[in-house]
Amino acid sequence: MKNNLVELKHISKSFGKTMVLDDLCLEVKENEFITLLGPSGCGKTTTLRIIGGFEKPDQGQLFFEGKDITDVPANQRNLNTVFQKYALFQHMTIGENIAFGLKIKKKSDSYIRDKIKYALKLVNLEGYENRQPSSLSGGQQQRVAIARAVVNEPKVLLLDEPLGALDLKLRQDMQYELMRLKEELGITFIYVTHDQEEALTMSDKVVVMNQGYIQQMGTPEDIYNEPQNAFVADFIGDSNILDGIMVKDELVEILGQRFACVDVGFGTNRPVDVVIRPEDVVLGKEGEGYLDGVVTSLIFKGVHYEMDVMAGGYEWLVHSTLCYPVGTKVSISVIPFNIQIMNKPESDDERAVISDV
Amino acid sequence: MFRKILISPYVVWALGFIILPLFMVIGYGMTDADGNFTLENVLAIADSVHYKAFANSILLALGTTIICLVLAYPLAYILSQQKRKGAGFVIMLFILPMWINFLLRILALQMILSNTGIINGILGFFGLPAQHIMYTKGAILIGMVYDYLPFMILPVYNVMCKIDQDVIEAAQDLGATSVITFQKVIVPLSMPGVVSGITMVFIPSISEFVVADILGGSKILLLGNVIEQEFNLANNWNLGSGLSLVLMVFIIISMALMNRNKSEEGDAMLW
Repeated sequence: MKNNLVELKHISKSFGKTMVLDDLCLEVKENEFITLLGPSGCGKTTTLRIIGGFEKPDQGQLFFEGKDITDVPANQRNLNTVFQKYALFQHMTIGENIAFGLKIKKKSDSYIRDKIKYALKLVNLEGYENRQPSSLSGGQQQRVAIARAVVNEPKVLLLDEPLGALDLKLRQDMQYELMRLKEELGITFIYVTHDQEEALTMSDKVVVMNQGYIQQMGTPEDIYNEPQNAFVADFIGDSNILDGIMVKDELVEILGQRFACVDVGFGTNRPVDVVIRPEDVVLGKEGEGYLDGVVTSLIFKGVHYEMDVMAGGYEWLVHSTLCYPVGTKVSISVIPFNIQIMNKPESDDERAVISDV
Repeated sequence: MFRKILISPYVVWALGFIILPLFMVIGYGMTDADGNFTLENVLAIADSVHYKAFANSILLALGTTIICLVLAYPLAYILSQQKRKGAGFVIMLFILPMWINFLLRILALQMILSNTGIINGILGFFGLPAQHIMYTKGAILIGMVYDYLPFMILPVYNVMCKIDQDVIEAAQDLGATSVITFQKVIVPLSMPGVVSGITMVFIPSISEFVVADILGGSKILLLGNVIEQEFNLANNWNLGSGLSLVLMVFIIISMALMNRNKSEEGDAMLW
């Protein structure tokens, strides 16, 4: 079992009257790639800034390697940040930027020179020491920002939407780059993003946040396949979210039709939310599935077709590699394993969270 | 064709009020009363009255610039760090006097500084000895600083506001204390504004003469006063122009030196 490197205990933070974080608890283990994922304003960046030391929590404590660092200023914390807009020192060369932290720590000139070389090699920018930041592209500048952070050998690297300002292709390349870096450096990454694809691709653990609460925490597979509430299901990829009644274990009634499922322990005749991913909806000939319906829209998406199917009074979103033209009469079926049952929100807080989606 | 018509007033303006006077100054400055070529008027700067006045001008301009910078820089820094809306209001308070004719402002200062003025009134009220501020270099310096301070605050403040908070946080993140952050990040990044501010204060204040007239009571002669007197009182346009040329060359050289230190970002500033 790995040790907890960073621990947030009951952290609360408001800006004016706006509650940004409410009693947040989070543990980050050594050598973990953890992603805070959520829509803007969900508190993910504030969480990162509290860990980095740029914001003070109103309540709660922050532990680093078991020590309380809640009141330790940013410049004395053994972690470094990569900012969304790079935040390079424009009046310095690339080399001077990377040397900034090392010079403050009064490292020898030869040590600094070696470190600059090593860091530039790490981010594939060898020979850029004497260039000015303004002469580099966005992707290159972000690499320099990463190099500038990692030469200080932090135990934790905080990344605040580092790929947010880059274009799609570059973003995908940088994702692999970051994963490689993480492997080579063997340090903990705490990553903030609103891009669910980024989160699923890179992370060991994803923390889905909304309105200052952690909605769900788990591996990317868990988050995608077993969303715990409608917010997570909706935020992570497209979903069909339906009202259902759990008739008994392994049997759920949706749109007046009983579906076999694999979930147990929800009691009998309890109202629940049911999530079915669009790629899990299987279309067949009329009369061969649970529900009959009609295709109302068809869009070609490259890898698959995206279709809307009106069945049982609900417009189902369906992804399929097979093409069913608009007007085709089809049936809908779902294999039991692909039906995800969630409790209906109980508290007002949770309800608010969902109504806001 | 239409464009040419539109542009013509400006061409006339530039020719009549900028180019022609410039050549006239050069012409008068390089000739004697009979119209013969001579460098005497220019070399007259070496006369003790003239070079002392020139030295006074430079000293006062330098003093004004330094005091303005010392006053403006911390203010601009503090205001730029203020996230509240108050900062804009405070800046406006400092800019407000610029909207009033500067002669009025200097005359008001005269009221405040004179022997029977407000300052001495307050000192007298507390039983303190009256101070003779008027008609000293100090009075001129106060007047010039008061006059030019906004021209220092604005460009410095503008540059400071443009410094990204992320960059300051990045410095702290890399271990810099607030002192190091200030030295290594904020000061260098604010240099374009400082250079603009220095240019906007030093250059006009070197040819200052009205403030010296009113607050210095013609006891302290600046090069600007000498030139003014040559034109208006002595009616010696040749000498006045010759000395103006010296001042002009000095200003151009100062500008060139300033601009050499200026980085690209400075272009967006007031200057």
